[in-house]
Amino acid sequence: MADPKHIRFDTLALHAGQQPDSEHGSLAVPIYQTTSYVFKSTDHAASLFNLERAGHIYSRISNPTVSVLEERLSALEGGVGAVATASGQAALHLAIVTLMGSGGHIVASRALYGGSYNLLALTLPRFGITASFVDPRDANAFKSAIRPETRLIFAETVGNPNLEVLDIPQIAQVAHEAGLPLMIDATFTTPYLGQPIALGADIVMHSATKYLGGHGVAIGGILIDGGSFDWEAQAAKFPTLTEPYAGYHGLDFAEEFGPAAFIMRARAEGLRDFGASMSPTTAFHLLQGIETLPLRMARHIHNARQVVRFLETAPGVAWVNSPDLPEHPDHDRAQELYPKGSTAIVTFGIKGGRKAAATFIEKLKVFSHLANIGDAKSLAIHPASTTHQQMNAQALAAAGIGEDLIRLSVGLEDERDLVEDLAQALHAAAKGG
Amino acid sequence: MDFSLDGYRVFAATGGVPFDSAKPSLILLHGAGMNHTVWALQARYLAHHGQNVLAVDLPGHGKSEGAAFSCVEEYAGWLLRFLDAANLKQAALAGHSLGALIALETAGKAPERILRLILLGVAARMAVHPDMLASAREGTNEVIRCMTSWCHARKHHFGGNRLPGMWMLGLAHHLIARSKPGVIFAGLSACNDYKGALDAAGRITCPTLLVLGDSDLMTPAKGGRELAGLIKNARAETIPGSGHMMMSEAPDATLDLMRGAF
Ligand SMILES: Cc1ncc(COP(=O)(O)O)c(C=O)c1O
Repeated sequence: MADPKHIRFDTLALHAGQQPDSEHGSLAVPIYQTTSYVFKSTDHAASLFNLERAGHIYSRISNPTVSVLEERLSALEGGVGAVATASGQAALHLAIVTLMGSGGHIVASRALYGGSYNLLALTLPRFGITASFVDPRDANAFKSAIRPETRLIFAETVGNPNLEVLDIPQIAQVAHEAGLPLMIDATFTTPYLGQPIALGADIVMHSATKYLGGHGVAIGGILIDGGSFDWEAQAAKFPTLTEPYAGYHGLDFAEEFGPAAFIMRARAEGLRDFGASMSPTTAFHLLQGIETLPLRMARHIHNARQVVRFLETAPGVAWVNSPDLPEHPDHDRAQELYPKGSTAIVTFGIKGGRKAAATFIEKLKVFSHLANIGDAKSLAIHPASTTHQQMNAQALAAAGIGEDLIRLSVGLEDERDLVEDLAQALHAAAKGG
Repeated sequence: MDFSLDGYRVFAATGGVPFDSAKPSLILLHGAGMNHTVWALQARYLAHHGQNVLAVDLPGHGKSEGAAFSCVEEYAGWLLRFLDAANLKQAALAGHSLGALIALETAGKAPERILRLILLGVAARMAVHPDMLASAREGTNEVIRCMTSWCHARKHHFGGNRLPGMWMLGLAHHLIARSKPGVIFAGLSACNDYKGALDAAGRITCPTLLVLGDSDLMTPAKGGRELAGLIKNARAETIPGSGHMMMSEAPDATLDLMRGAF
């Protein structure tokens, strides 16, 4: 067979979305720190506003630096296009409000990032959008939670903090049989470890704040359209994509843009009206991170494996949770879907409960105690008292978050320093502080 | 909007402006395995600037029913019947790739009905790589990977889309991947087998514009210029840096050339 010679992943991570700057030859992506763009003529202006021509108008809607990031992540995920947002939360919100209005319903995994859970369970109901939460390992639970008004199935590649590995092909099948799109939050895995669109997902979102940026310097989100969902086949469910929109002189997004209908509407309406856009400087920082994504992710995975190996036999550790371990319920699925490794997040139970957890966290010197993951530096947190504290005891138990649970985001330091740091903090916790 | 032809639904996008046969009509014809959305960045502008645009889905493509044809002559006969169905005595035609061959053959067949021709990504012979044909026949994905790759200039494999945030190769891939079984093979066979270009070219009288990409691997610009030489009233324009998908690779240059044809 002839070789179509598509550019490969690591090369795309460095180059996709960027054409060399024709004016000055800048090799780095220039930061277009501008709010607006001079029109060539009144006709040019009018045609840009009416989506008759491609181009930039105003940086709330699009910006050349941000567009490089959007294209790069579309390329890395194998999608048709993307919209970058002010945060991961904004990406989730943008996806939902592009697909549905009041009366809409979402079936979501119950193992979600706490902020996503808050948005779905507590905030969106005020706007008439509700959600049902199900066990991510139970495809039938997704299926039975679907109602006539359901518009989206939503889950994470790897659950937080219990590291359930979603069976994307199976849940995609459930969604598609019901005529619904599947959106995946792939923050934990990044396209380097796995590409949800190729596995059957229709929309992918990331908190780019995490591994994509990789250095903990910028908050950002990205929403990527897989281009595979046939909105017109489900026209009655998705009027925002299949009916004329008065906001653009009766534009019908599916008719006009076909596989790009969702992402075009997300930008044209969602960024224009809700306005949670990304700044060009943020896009620049995130692009810097993505250049080394393949190198960093390989090292994150390597270091996480060393940490797991240490924790398995370390005194003071009640249990260790990682899909890398053969006893993890999703071990086989993780190997199948993520052959390079499924996550550099490790959770474990510390003997001595909440008090020992507090001591452990306070004694860490290399690991930093903070509410983030995916930094180049190693991080640790006690979810029950921080990220997931909005959940009541029942919800915590349902999500499998015990009081003894510690979450580590394993960074890029020398693996020996990481292990030694964990050892000394565990020792201090066992001694009672 | 929908038309009915040969007992089947035919879909044509009108660029966001209602159909009005009192205006000069322009029929846009997409290439193999694609549909009307390839004209997204030209059809809306032209429709909002005086043209009665009908960006059709060829039979079996997009939202049009029926089976895709596997020969250009059959498409030309269909297109003339489509003009009747749309009540258009005359129209201008713009076609890309397979669509350009259909436009050429139609204009050769009924020169009195075609006011203007715009042929994009075109050559008198469009031999298709045998591996691609084989993959299309077998319904494997390789043909889509090859089309996506070879349809775009190498420099656009890195992106740099004028349409903010859109990934050109991904868009082409997912568009082609939506083809119903057999449609890609029928389209590529039609291109590969068509031998009527020289005859048709000799019969064409209307003003004709060829829009070519200087980095087009599918239909190299040289072939397009040779074809232009065979048409009485033809002009060939080459877009620097563009491959075969000039409508998305160079949307403004393509639109400006198309506008200039009227
Ligand atoms: C899995 C996941 N999704 C979404 C988010 C929200 O992203 P952001 O903090 O960028 O708004 C986070 C943040 O922690 C996350 O971990």
